Amino acid sequence: MGSVLAGVLQLLALIGALALVHAPAGGYLAKVYSSRRHLRAERWIYRAIGADPDTEMRWPAYLRGVLAFSVAGVLFLYLLQRLQGVLPGSLGFSPVNPAQSFNTAVSFVTNTNWQSYYGEQTMGHVVQTAGLAVQNFVSAAVGMAVAVALVRGFARSRSGELGNFWADLVRGTLRVLVPAAVLGALVLVACGVIQNFSGIHEVGQFPGGTQQWNGGAVASQEAIKELGTNGGGYFNANSAHPFENPTPFSNLFEIFLILVIPFSLTRTFGLMVGSVRQGYAILAAMAAIWLAFTALMTAAEFSHHGPALQAAGGAMEGKEVRFGVGGSALFAVSTTLTSTGAVDSFHSSYTGLGGGVAMLGMMLGEIAPGGTGSGLYGMLIMAVIAVFLAGLMVGRTPEYLGKKIGAREMKLAACYILVTPALVLVLTAASLALPTPPHSMLNPGAHGFSEVLYAYTSAANNNGSAFAGLNADTDWFNTTTGLAMLLGRFLPMVFVLALAGSLAAQRPVPESAGTLRTGKPLFAGLLVGAILIITGLTYFPALALGPLAEGLS
Amino acid sequence: MNTSLTGKIRSLGAGLGALLILTLVTGVLYPLAVTGVAQLLLPGRAGGSEIRADGRVVGSSLIAQSYTLPLRKGQETAPPDLRWFQGRPAAGLGTNTENTRYHLLLSGATNLAADNKVLVRRVEAAKAAVVRDNSVPGRPVHPADVPADAVTSSGSGLDPDISPEYARLQTNRVAARNHLPVPEVARLVHDHTEGRTLGFLGEPRVNVLELNIALEELAARR
Repeated sequence: MGSVLAGVLQLLALIGALALVHAPAGGYLAKVYSSRRHLRAERWIYRAIGADPDTEMRWPAYLRGVLAFSVAGVLFLYLLQRLQGVLPGSLGFSPVNPAQSFNTAVSFVTNTNWQSYYGEQTMGHVVQTAGLAVQNFVSAAVGMAVAVALVRGFARSRSGELGNFWADLVRGTLRVLVPAAVLGALVLVACGVIQNFSGIHEVGQFPGGTQQWNGGAVASQEAIKELGTNGGGYFNANSAHPFENPTPFSNLFEIFLILVIPFSLTRTFGLMVGSVRQGYAILAAMAAIWLAFTALMTAAEFSHHGPALQAAGGAMEGKEVRFGVGGSALFAVSTTLTSTGAVDSFHSSYTGLGGGVAMLGMMLGEIAPGGTGSGLYGMLIMAVIAVFLAGLMVGRTPEYLGKKIGAREMKLAACYILVTPALVLVLTAASLALPTPPHSMLNPGAHGFSEVLYAYTSAANNNGSAFAGLNADTDWFNTTTGLAMLLGRFLPMVFVLALAGSLAAQRPVPESAGTLRTGKPLFAGLLVGAILIITGLTYFPALALGPLAEGLS
Repeated sequence: MNTSLTGKIRSLGAGLGALLILTLVTGVLYPLAVTGVAQLLLPGRAGGSEIRADGRVVGSSLIAQSYTLPLRKGQETAPPDLRWFQGRPAAGLGTNTENTRYHLLLSGATNLAADNKVLVRRVEAAKAAVVRDNSVPGRPVHPADVPADAVTSSGSGLDPDISPEYARLQTNRVAARNHLPVPEVARLVHDHTEGRTLGFLGEPRVNVLELNIALEELAARR
């Protein structure tokens, strides 16, 4: 069997697995977020933190919860890193320096998991498990909470109430992520992912002598790293490291974990707005983009364009033999079209066009299927814009799911889609205009520019992958990528929640002959078109200077 | 104003409280529970898939090793020990820059671009070396026969595998250096070639450490 055919079969197996769990997982999520009952453990938590889980929140209160929880997360994670030198179970590692601690704290709280450090030589057990892995759970739960709040905005009327943030946070963590992560982690251990607290120890080598390993709780972190679309590796090589991703099966399983919640949430959305078809339309748009990008990436990598790859006879630089080109390309697309940023191969050494596909995936706003929660709300914002465009074409007041898309709603949606491009393009331009930041580039020419563009695209979209040749552990990059991650995560959330509040306060518009049928394939097509045009117009000049220049030369 | 201020303070308190409790659940109980189950059911895999030979641990089946001769004066990199099957280049493997009292095994890729001249030169040099090292009298290796994995660095720098093509290409040399008949070494490579999982997942591969252990046993038997 050829490698291309094997890659196609692998893709089909993945689609089959995702399709199999789609309805049960989406239904379970809908039940979790709609249920009126609290588990005993949950009641105990609500009492301990002094929150009433049955109080309905309007959008400002919901946002306040999101921000308060995230501020606490950043401070806690920052302190944990700064105190690493005195914490027990830290392998005697020294404290992380302030700029890097800030960057890493922000990075994990914003679900970005950009890493300007070497995991295995910088972070001890306590920071990895009680700091970084915790944010892997809760930042994903926050993303799901905000997505569900927006869905409730569509589903509810005349109240402006969006649910209770604390209940959504706790349920998302305890009822969804923890049980799924336990299962995922055990499957990964069975594949060979390590899970121990052996710390730094010597292991004998075949030719004699020893090598020094840093053993830790890797499988438990790996499972939630993919499931929560986080992406921060225990080791520097991330999911390319054999201890994080040892076999072809673990590779496909990790891709499955990345995609399962974002794709299933479309079902949850359909169920919660009372029309499964609406969920299918969103799912179709996501799946179409994901499939097209997978095809493009796979074709680009198998063609191994570029002088070094031609000389080698294949695009294997930065890729592992066990995954090959097919398994690596599939992972690369799935990680950049979600907000994951985990890598099983190093994107910087991809073909010029392959690297461009990865970058474009993030530039779409990570909505196909996008991050855990953030993918759904990002895609729904694009749906609002698509409905508005369709309304303009036929001269009718646009409405979506029985809600009018008026001036206020459009302003909020427009603000949402302007945040990340503004951050990416301004910070990239600033980095190139200033005298010192360009010194961080590893590669010359167009690819050097791509390294910087990729860095801010990844940070502002909360992805976390990199053209890792860039030395991002400088004060400039630690600070500016930190700001890009913060603003790129929380400003859009403000607009999403404000939009949700405004939708939930409306009275529903009855469907009429002039209503756009948003549960139909035509709408899914319109949605894909709107996404590609908006992203294309925004980023084409920047892409032309970087990956297109490299890929077409 | 007053109510909104108390609301803010209450939110912050709830945020901190929620974080601490969820840290306990997801940052302490969860990893400990997973470790407990993993160590109970799959201690070998959870511990790093160590391999033993001659009664001692000789590494992990998941982590590449380098099979080199001792560094001599004036050499920057240790030359390969051609008795053994060689793994992939690992030009991106990092070295300790923090907490430098350790000499941890670090992972990493070169991150060099496909159009970077440094990478082109490296690939060409690696290819020339593979041709030179593996050509034995009467059986030269052609540059076109050298597979891509033999001349490129992996993503982790710790890739434990090589392609079956690269393993087969080394057979004549390894047989000659160990004074073994070529068919026996070729059979060894064949026996250690792992196909795609379920026939379609990943790529066929040969684990270099396992192959070299078997090679040592073969050489010892004769």
